[in-house]
Amino acid sequence: MITLTVNGAEHKLDVDIRTTILDALRDHLGMTGSKKGCDHGQCGACTVLINGRRVNSCLTLAVMHEGDEITTIEGLGAPDKLHPMQESFLHHDGYQCGYCTPGQIVSAVGMLGEVKDGWPSHVTGDIANGGTDLSNEEISERMSGNLCRCSAYPNIVDAIRQVGTTGKGAA
Amino acid sequence: MKSFAYERASDPKAAAAIASRAHARFIAGGTNLLDLMKIQVETPETLVDITRLPLKEIVEAGGGLKIGALVTNSDLAADERVRRDYEVLSRALLAGASGQLRNKATTGGNFLQRTRCNYFYETNARCNKREPGSGCDAMNGFNRILAILGTSDKCIASHPSDMAVAMRALDAEVETLKSDGSTRRLTLPELYRLPGDTPERDTNLEAGELITAVRLPKPLGGTQIYRKVRDRASYAFALVSVAAVIGVENGRMETVRLAFGGIGTMPWRDARVEEALTGEAPSAALFAKAADILLAEAKGHGENDFKIPLMRRVLPAVLREATGVSA
Repeated sequence: MITLTVNGAEHKLDVDIRTTILDALRDHLGMTGSKKGCDHGQCGACTVLINGRRVNSCLTLAVMHEGDEITTIEGLGAPDKLHPMQESFLHHDGYQCGYCTPGQIVSAVGMLGEVKDGWPSHVTGDIANGGTDLSNEEISERMSGNLCRCSAYPNIVDAIRQVGTTGKGAA
Repeated sequence: MKSFAYERASDPKAAAAIASRAHARFIAGGTNLLDLMKIQVETPETLVDITRLPLKEIVEAGGGLKIGALVTNSDLAADERVRRDYEVLSRALLAGASGQLRNKATTGGNFLQRTRCNYFYETNARCNKREPGSGCDAMNGFNRILAILGTSDKCIASHPSDMAVAMRALDAEVETLKSDGSTRRLTLPELYRLPGDTPERDTNLEAGELITAVRLPKPLGGTQIYRKVRDRASYAFALVSVAAVIGVENGRMETVRLAFGGIGTMPWRDARVEEALTGEAPSAALFAKAADILLAEAKGHGENDFKIPLMRRVLPAVLREATGVSA
């Protein structure tokens, strides 16, 4: 029996030791917002926040995260109360089929937290002093762990930049 | 994935003792180990969860830094002291993996990640690293990403880490704790093994031996560059990479540290290359000579032949950028 804290609520689960956080969410808690794409950490569709940091939930065991705060797409917003990032994806049409979208949105929220903390990226010029500008190049680099097979990237980048620069999802 | 016994270690000594059991593995970030367990390339009987051990600090020590083995790749790359004094390390970390993976992957684990050779991952193929004595399908197969230096007739697997390449240039050492409670410190050439006749052993760590920290010597200053050439702009392993620390004084290269990724079966460094450059005035002819020395014994295996001319261009390009000398 393990205890997982998801979106602020504690859940007691009787799961096989091999269960990943992704499978615990989808198969045991009925939270199917986090998607299983590759199941190998390559596509980002399963992205959740653990203690505020974005990670691939398919590549981490549930049993290793007792006591940690897990936030999923369901915890960010709801249809009647959208998170600004969800609102912005709607406004900018940041998707086509939508399968990668929950992962994109959770990852983008985590990424803006990293930018706020002054973390540099591979394309940051002066890393000694950090880089907080949200150029297309910076957003693309920082979001490279989220693939979109429909290639909605231009609108995804626009959606993320709007939230990053204005804090708002609607125009 | 095959099932396993799960043990959460309470302190480093207990972790090392549990992990000295047969078929046990430490797990921290798990980004490579769980990936390999899903396809049953790794089938540990016991997983020792070390994520709650107190090995998450970066402290100043001996004029340099002591980095806890559980510091994440993200935290290490973002640390202000690393960004200021060991830029090549920060750059190498940021060139590797994705944001999500860097948030999970640890410093100790990054050193110990396994090769991404396709035949190591494909359990229907022959692979001496995965199954000793079975043969090597990479030798005459799709070996585009594999090594040209340090190979043997048993294995041509390249080491995948970017971080370890920068660590090698910086003369980093790993501190370990053995299952009998003793500790030791290993340079990277002492940690890693060439494949030889035993490619199944990537390192000289003993059963249950835990990497607890990494030591960086005092900062070298100079211009620090990590140049990575890959098949796409982000989130891909290196085809070739160069970690460089170059200090020029009075028109001569007085500090020269060069390590290489993608070309070797371990994070590569060649003292002869650095000797040829140290104390000399930078010039295009000298840069070409350095590349010749590095690649003198390089051997392609067909698909990866291109790495030899590619590195012959990338190393001089890095040296031009570091010194500002283009002619």
